[in-house]
Amino acid sequence: MYRTIQIGGHTLAQGTFLRSLGDGRIEIDAGDARLSGRPVTAPKAHEVGRFHNALRQALSGGHLRGGLMATVAALCLAVGANAPALAQESVAILNVSYDPTREFYREYNELFNAWWTAQGNAPVTIQQSHGGAGAQARAVIDGLEATVVTLALSADIDQIAERTGRIPADWQSRLPHNSSPYTSTIVFLVREGNPRGIEDWDDLVADGVQVITPNPKTSGGARWNFLAAWAYAERNDINPSEFVGALYRNVPVLDTGARGSTTTFTQRGIGDVLLAWENEAFLALAELGEDAFDIVVPSVSILAEPPVTLVDGNITTEGQRAAAEAYLAHLYSPEAQALALRHYYRAWDTSLAAPEDAARFPEIELVTIADFGGWPVVQPEYFGEGGIFDQIYEE
Amino acid sequence: MRASILRSPSPLPGFGLSFGIMMTVLSIVVLLPIAALLGRGLMIGPEDLWDMLNSRRIWSALTLSFRAALIASLFNLVFGLMLAWVLVRYRFWGRRFIDAAVDLPFALPTAVAGIALTALYAPNGVFGQALAPLGIQVAYTEVGIWVALVFIGLPFVVRTVQPVIEELEPDLEEVSATLGARRIYTLRRVILPTLTPALLTGFALALARSVGEYGSVIFIAGNIPNVTEIAPLLIVIRLEEYNYDAAAAIGIAMLVISFAMLLAINAIQVWSRRRIGNV
Repeated sequence: MYRTIQIGGHTLAQGTFLRSLGDGRIEIDAGDARLSGRPVTAPKAHEVGRFHNALRQALSGGHLRGGLMATVAALCLAVGANAPALAQESVAILNVSYDPTREFYREYNELFNAWWTAQGNAPVTIQQSHGGAGAQARAVIDGLEATVVTLALSADIDQIAERTGRIPADWQSRLPHNSSPYTSTIVFLVREGNPRGIEDWDDLVADGVQVITPNPKTSGGARWNFLAAWAYAERNDINPSEFVGALYRNVPVLDTGARGSTTTFTQRGIGDVLLAWENEAFLALAELGEDAFDIVVPSVSILAEPPVTLVDGNITTEGQRAAAEAYLAHLYSPEAQALALRHYYRAWDTSLAAPEDAARFPEIELVTIADFGGWPVVQPEYFGEGGIFDQIYEE
Repeated sequence: MRASILRSPSPLPGFGLSFGIMMTVLSIVVLLPIAALLGRGLMIGPEDLWDMLNSRRIWSALTLSFRAALIASLFNLVFGLMLAWVLVRYRFWGRRFIDAAVDLPFALPTAVAGIALTALYAPNGVFGQALAPLGIQVAYTEVGIWVALVFIGLPFVVRTVQPVIEELEPDLEEVSATLGARRIYTLRRVILPTLTPALLTGFALALARSVGEYGSVIFIAGNIPNVTEIAPLLIVIRLEEYNYDAAAAIGIAMLVISFAMLLAINAIQVWSRRRIGNV
């Protein structure tokens, strides 16, 4: 059996174990000499796990130099550590999310890790993936190993559950509030001073008004936009399919995701009004200046519930399951709710939120997806192939 | 019969081994994915395939994709020839830099190219602002798609024509001139016939590349169904609806049309070789 001993301040020697000297030192046969000294033990497994995570964080944090040093150190350590323990201890989560949650989850991941390590756990490596909700769901169906999905609407998660069986069919009842730790709604973002005088949905179908919204086929937010317009038409005794058809004829650019539409409207200067997630509209105001855009709140909108859930079929270890479950459950904690409110989501618990964050949201009459019969009905009828949205462009 | 297939076609050694490796790699990389696509089509059956394709939206996407690719490749044919000619025949300051820059569209991620072009040509971009008073809108129209496809297709023409121009002896032009030919006549009867095969190859490559281009185009096209929606985007949309059969149907249609076009270009090449001899 080979052992490593320390024979000087920084000098190590390796050789075959001969005998224990009784005082904690051992004697080894180093080939050409017999040496004695204190044995160097392999680092304990959890220490390696922590180190491994610290390394990943250092690398992902962009501290390249620190990362490189850590890599060298980790390689040295990895030689001494036994590999299985290392794999077991380093827990990684992949959160597959939709477009406008980038900023929120960037901060939430830090918040969660701080809380999680304070509970005496090793830090979790959290990777994020963002994109149009439909595209993200398809990526998971096609094999992207998401640990948790946090998507724009439950229909996309239903698709994952139905097509892969990696999520149980009753997933939405596993967490409070239909598994939606935060909600949002759809509002209008217009250019400063509202030069087109846009006040409500019916102003969007006027001649010459350009409306920016993503493609409901690929974007979850766009489906909420579509349904909110539909709800307005129904309430005001307008033929909804004609109304929505007229609205989409005023759309000059159909991006594939909500963030793409925001960019088209704010950076490229296209369009008079952007149909946006409320949080995305507030974010645009905060990032680009209050004097560039105004938010217009329509008379009626829709309660958008972006749900979260665990992808059970992709869980590999118990440690990962525990971390992932805690990751989702902690979204409902007062701190996380306050964070969601700060990122302009309508969260449930306002107890820890700053007063201005909680008071920001205007009162809107909100219809819910249940009024339409739920996503399993809405998805094929409105957005499936040959559905109501397709008919707009087949005339 | 069997012996004649297996017999090495040349006295050079190593035919069996190199042919075997070539066929294996070719099968894995090129033939199998295409066979899988066609196999999916066979499983669907020709009638259902036709039903899935026969809608106004798909036909406008297909015609848009092929029309835009054709226009961009024709532009590249003319402009690429000029660029290659200038790079080979003239010595000027910065020539090597321009020569290297021609390859940039190969190296740049197409999404980056698309975003950069959109930022420039959007109504509030540098070029967009200059063009707006003239009533020309580039970004989010079909013209924007042409611009993106010109960008990604240019190196194909330049890089295929350039070596042939380098081989072209200036003596030929001098002989032509001393025999009394005017410049335009020399260009038409001496230079262009020599370059035609290379030009056609470059054109075909640029065309094939542009037809399937997705990354750069979706940013600069408005993606409006029937107007600026390209066929590859429609494939992605079908995939997002989990409708893999319909996506395969559009893919097969594109494959068949592309194959027919490349075949036609090859036929022209053979014909031009026969007419002017193998150059």
